[in-house]
Amino acid sequence: MSHPLRGKTAIVGIGNTKRWNAPGRSPFDQLQEAAVLALEDCGLRMGDVDGLFCAMSTSGLPVLNVAERLGINPRHADGTMVGGASFLFHLQSAMSALVNGLCDTALICYGSNQLTAGGKLAAMPDPQPYEAPFKPRYPISSYALAAARHMHEYGTTRAQLADVAVAARDWARLNPDAYVRDPLTRDQVLSSRMVSDPLTRADICLVTDGGAAIVVTRAERARDLPRKPAYVLGTGVAVSHRQISAMPDLATTCAVESGQRAYAMAGVGPKHIRHLMVYDAFTINTLLFLEDLGFCAKGEAGALVSGGAISPGGQLPVNTNGGGLSCNHPGMYGLFTLIESVQQLRGECGARQIDGVELSLAHANGGVLSSQATAILGTAATL
Amino acid sequence: MATDPRFDGPGPDAQYLQALNEGRLMLQHCEDCASVRFPPALVCRSCGSPRLTWRLSPGAGTVYTATTVRDKAGDYNVALVELEGGARMMSRIEDVPSQEVRIGQRVSGRIVAGDEPYVVFTLADGAAA
Repeated sequence: MSHPLRGKTAIVGIGNTKRWNAPGRSPFDQLQEAAVLALEDCGLRMGDVDGLFCAMSTSGLPVLNVAERLGINPRHADGTMVGGASFLFHLQSAMSALVNGLCDTALICYGSNQLTAGGKLAAMPDPQPYEAPFKPRYPISSYALAAARHMHEYGTTRAQLADVAVAARDWARLNPDAYVRDPLTRDQVLSSRMVSDPLTRADICLVTDGGAAIVVTRAERARDLPRKPAYVLGTGVAVSHRQISAMPDLATTCAVESGQRAYAMAGVGPKHIRHLMVYDAFTINTLLFLEDLGFCAKGEAGALVSGGAISPGGQLPVNTNGGGLSCNHPGMYGLFTLIESVQQLRGECGARQIDGVELSLAHANGGVLSSQATAILGTAATL
Repeated sequence: MATDPRFDGPGPDAQYLQALNEGRLMLQHCEDCASVRFPPALVCRSCGSPRLTWRLSPGAGTVYTATTVRDKAGDYNVALVELEGGARMMSRIEDVPSQEVRIGQRVSGRIVAGDEPYVVFTLADGAAA
């Protein structure tokens, strides 16, 4: 029997400021612009928004700040903060709120000035006394510790990590909106400056500014709006730890659980998915999520990417916008995975468009492999 | 006011730090499922039980994973060490070049005293990856 939330809601509007280097714009400026664009995209007005979902690394009270700036008085709101995966947690929360009548028009939004603020994440009041004495470089050293363990357990190589960065760049070269589009080779990645072994500068995502927003509503209303709806067929979320020292198994993430939940709700499996977006803050992320979401056996993602599967022309297109590694990464990237999935389902992606995409999977990560969220979107044909 | 006596006394972080300051590495053992807990907390992470007992750890363990942080002032090691019994903690492996730290090496801990004491490790005699 079909899950009661399957296909009951749809993403009907998307907004992306594409302002990756925007001096003089605050995180709230980016967010507001994205919100306006997303509402215009679906022909709705700011006054229609009665469900507000947001998280910002620069605001401890994001819902209050954003509602004030947008001039809205939501009757449902959620400011869950689990790092970059927050917006996919918000999507799951919005689905339930919409289906149960707590709101009719959900706006999920984000904005950041991480690049022009100096390229650093805002310090969160979240001290970690059991890690601080050892000065790990956050967040890269945490991912480096996971990469080292994956290499130890499965024989994954630095060259395979490099192939992830090269595939992302090859996609970015097909995306006029990607921030970095210069050619990139495996040798260039391998000879890039080491930052926290085994990860080099080229294994690390961009640092950009940016703003993103989506509008979600119930499926029956979505059909009356101007854009082709991206139906939300399934979502799943999971949380496993805060700090990397408390991650149960550094070579396996709780994307296993978020993925299984999303597949169960959607009634599909990885074999049905021909386009996916995974949150590639670091090259190791892509390998971990390909495995944990079931696109290959554990330990085999390195071989998969080196065979060209995820690159342009490959049988499993991944991160077709160029990903966090080459398109954009304004601190928390999760909402951008959903936006590219929607654009692929709409057929709006130009040179990077995958033919006949009916199902797309967007997966986001937060903290240091701490929170995981998976969403499966589909066209009307998949309902 | 009648508080629950099971939770009387200093909190788990304070008890851990106090023991380190007295030269002892103490870890919490669950009386219900036998898992070892680190960092300290009020409940067992494996089974949710609040019945945790402090026991002295000999500080012996193995390197679970490690990285070298490349800093302008010099490279340094950051490692996760799995202590015998199962608890895992972030630390560093000292007295060996960071590049020579390998997953699986046997290590032994020592306490660095101070306002916020912590545990570092050195390679155990005859340790090999």
